[in-house]
Amino acid sequence: MNPIRNISRRTFIKSVGLASGGLILACNTSVFSDKEKDENIDLANFNPNLFVQLNSDGSLILIASRSEMGNGVRTSLTSVIADEMDADWTKVIVQQAVGDAKYGDQNTDGSRSVRYLYEPMRKMGAMARAMLITAAAQSWKVPVTECTAENHYVLHSSGKKIAYGDLVEIAKTLEVPTEITYKNPKDFKYIGKKLRGVDVEEYANGSAIFGLDKRLPNMKFAAMQRCPVTFGTVKSFDKTAALKVLGVIDVIEIPRIEKPFGTLGGIAVIASNTWAAFKGKETLKIEWNFGDNATYDSEKYMKQITENVHKQGKVGKDVGNVNKAFKNAYKIVESTYQLPHLAHAPMEVPNAVAWVQGDSCEVWAPTQDPQSARKEVADYLETPEDKVTINVTFLGGGFGRKSKPDYVVEAVAISKAINAPVQIVWTREDDIKHGYYHTVSSQYLKASLDKQGNVTGWLNRFALPSIASTFSPGVDYPAGFEISSAANVPFDIKNMKVEVGQSPAHVRIGWLRSVINIPHGFSQNVFADELAVAAGKDPLEFRLNLIGEDRIEETEDPIKYNTARLKNVLKLAAKNANWGKPLPEGHAYGLSVHYSFYSYVASVVEISMIDNKLKVHNVYTVIDCGQTVNRDTIKAQMEGAAIFGMSLAFYGKITSKNGAIEQSNYSDYKMIRMNEIPKVHVEIVESTEIPTGVGEPCVPVIAPAIINAIFKLTGKRYYNLPLSDYGLV
Amino acid sequence: MITLQINGEKHQIDVAPEMPLLWAIRDIVGLTGTKYGCGIGVCGSCKVLLDNSPVQSCMIPVSAAEGKKIVTIEGVSENLQLLQASWTALNVPQCGFCQPGQLIAATALLDKNSNPTDEEINEAMIGNICRCGTYQRIKNAIHRTVELKNQG
Ligand code: FES
Ligand code: FES
Repeated sequence: MNPIRNISRRTFIKSVGLASGGLILACNTSVFSDKEKDENIDLANFNPNLFVQLNSDGSLILIASRSEMGNGVRTSLTSVIADEMDADWTKVIVQQAVGDAKYGDQNTDGSRSVRYLYEPMRKMGAMARAMLITAAAQSWKVPVTECTAENHYVLHSSGKKIAYGDLVEIAKTLEVPTEITYKNPKDFKYIGKKLRGVDVEEYANGSAIFGLDKRLPNMKFAAMQRCPVTFGTVKSFDKTAALKVLGVIDVIEIPRIEKPFGTLGGIAVIASNTWAAFKGKETLKIEWNFGDNATYDSEKYMKQITENVHKQGKVGKDVGNVNKAFKNAYKIVESTYQLPHLAHAPMEVPNAVAWVQGDSCEVWAPTQDPQSARKEVADYLETPEDKVTINVTFLGGGFGRKSKPDYVVEAVAISKAINAPVQIVWTREDDIKHGYYHTVSSQYLKASLDKQGNVTGWLNRFALPSIASTFSPGVDYPAGFEISSAANVPFDIKNMKVEVGQSPAHVRIGWLRSVINIPHGFSQNVFADELAVAAGKDPLEFRLNLIGEDRIEETEDPIKYNTARLKNVLKLAAKNANWGKPLPEGHAYGLSVHYSFYSYVASVVEISMIDNKLKVHNVYTVIDCGQTVNRDTIKAQMEGAAIFGMSLAFYGKITSKNGAIEQSNYSDYKMIRMNEIPKVHVEIVESTEIPTGVGEPCVPVIAPAIINAIFKLTGKRYYNLPLSDYGLV
Repeated sequence: MITLQINGEKHQIDVAPEMPLLWAIRDIVGLTGTKYGCGIGVCGSCKVLLDNSPVQSCMIPVSAAEGKKIVTIEGVSENLQLLQASWTALNVPQCGFCQPGQLIAATALLDKNSNPTDEEINEAMIGNICRCGTYQRIKNAIHRTVELKNQG
């Protein structure tokens, strides 16, 4: 049975906001992830989630189900369909889907948008092309085999041609073909090529509408004061001063909702403009019940979890016999690494517009996950999900923060309370002080070497408050998904053990660009470098040896992992950097390599130190992420990841005293700026393997490569981040 | 009443004189291209040209902008439009949010210096954060704009 259908004349298509009249193909992408269903697709209840519409004016509309937040998703997906369809790139219009289960999983994280939608998009494109060719052949009364498609036209061997738009009326009446042929990848015009982003012009002229830019008639603005201590609640408050601020309309209490994505609660100030709301918030006098987390002192906590990793922990993996390997060792190396909490700090603060009317609600929000926003809102309002519409605006950065819709719930709660449309705006201080932080971690690694410098045993014992604690309060050990990226380390070591130490959470823990790979990528790569030094070997050679023979590793994952591809990216990064060749006086290289989100990444960095100040001159990153869809987007993501990785290596640190976050803004939670940037050299391995993650996997390699380079240059090993703590930046 | 002259148009607004120009532009006048990023003058997202100088509009009370010529990202200026074309050609933006501020800072630079060095670009752009890390492309786009201008 065909998973794609011609539904041009069905009325329900209107419900997704498409203008009627064109050729509309729809499919349900879930059938592509499950071959079984392909046979049994229920046509009566066909529930499409991907739409392509060709209009008679030639315009081609595509409904994008994933959020755009700088990851180029809208461009990547568009290019796939346009290519298979032989469409003209400039005629493509992307419409953003509202949050709805019919679009399949819309959560834009885990670097997987392109991975999930690539096949369905290709198939739809190919089908549309076939139907247009058939339509042309019919109208010319010639055999289909004499017709070909090119750049929005069907051509006949006699030389005549007809525009796609002119074929819409006939194509609409055709059944979708059961047999299709894909283009040969070597004929791809857009896939794998450099393409202009579909939204760049709007970004450059200021007309792109981010969440913060959404306006509705009679819309109010709100700001909210939340308890400095996570999960603290309001004891009492005095709103007198706030109400005196010009523009302030009302001050109300929003109770905490004890759910992973529920609001923290607090006092909301509603005003006629953002600034008045901010001002009113500053003048609030609030007494808090701080609650259990008021003792959270991140410095003490680091000591505590470090003690926990220096004693036996819970076993997460145990292969061979590590103790025996350690006993028979020629050399033992051990190190402890400590990394602090991080905040996402997307350039656009969390914000949302909500308008609750009766039992219905419409939201406009920069969200990475409109479906979970919809669910949270429906739950809050105790209304069915179909009464809730979530419109996804552009996102001014997400990095994982905007997949957690607590701020959407806040807007809804306020709109309901004041019975008017409202925009909640977090101040930057709110964003830094009330985030879902990247975890803080302590990691103890120990390894044994034999006489030849081979690693014979490897122990990794780490403690970090788990993301699972956000969903199941009380979880106080790392969860399985946090263990696996330490357990599945791609090294060929016979005796390996992973243990975890106790580490309860005192703030909300969330995923941040590349997530658990930040601590694990760091410790594994710095430690491997230390082992190379202990073995007296060149880090590159040592690392290739450590990865070992070419092999496909069996993991529980459907996508197997291939050591040959890992070694390949490492070799390429080294080659691009001229690894082993002399560098200018006072410069040194460091390298690191990591597998995450099914992609293989290696980076070599070149640094210098003048007057004890670090300068990163060059970063050479190579990625193997399978078949590429939009090379320039991948390149941009890799460039951006290098800067993101540098920001966390140089400055990234969130600390807590008496339960309150000490940082407040970009002034004390600093970012790399233009004067600090290296030249980022990027290579993308040509491949026809399935497309894998791009947005995240280039982050975790940067910090350890810098640490390794500093060691090479100075002989001094740094175990903790950020480097600003050592006065190096 | 305060009169602001933004992109050649006069706007009469009734707000507290200490309201930062940023919020007057965004919430009162309704031009949302100028962005809020930090509110304390350290990120550059809110930059506008005030009598041809780049300023953080989150730090300037509206009263201080009265009678001055304000140009925002939506405005017209030779260098701004040339830079926007380069931004598009080189696919500079990722999430795009910081880019209005970046473009205003770059416009101010080219207005004063028709052939900036890398160092001079760094100096002019150091006040603008891009969390997505598009700095290299911003630099390239500034250089490209200069080259195209020099070719006439
Ligand atoms: S918002 Fe004005 S400098 Fe950041
Ligand atoms: S493009 Fe996203 S912050 Fe600059």
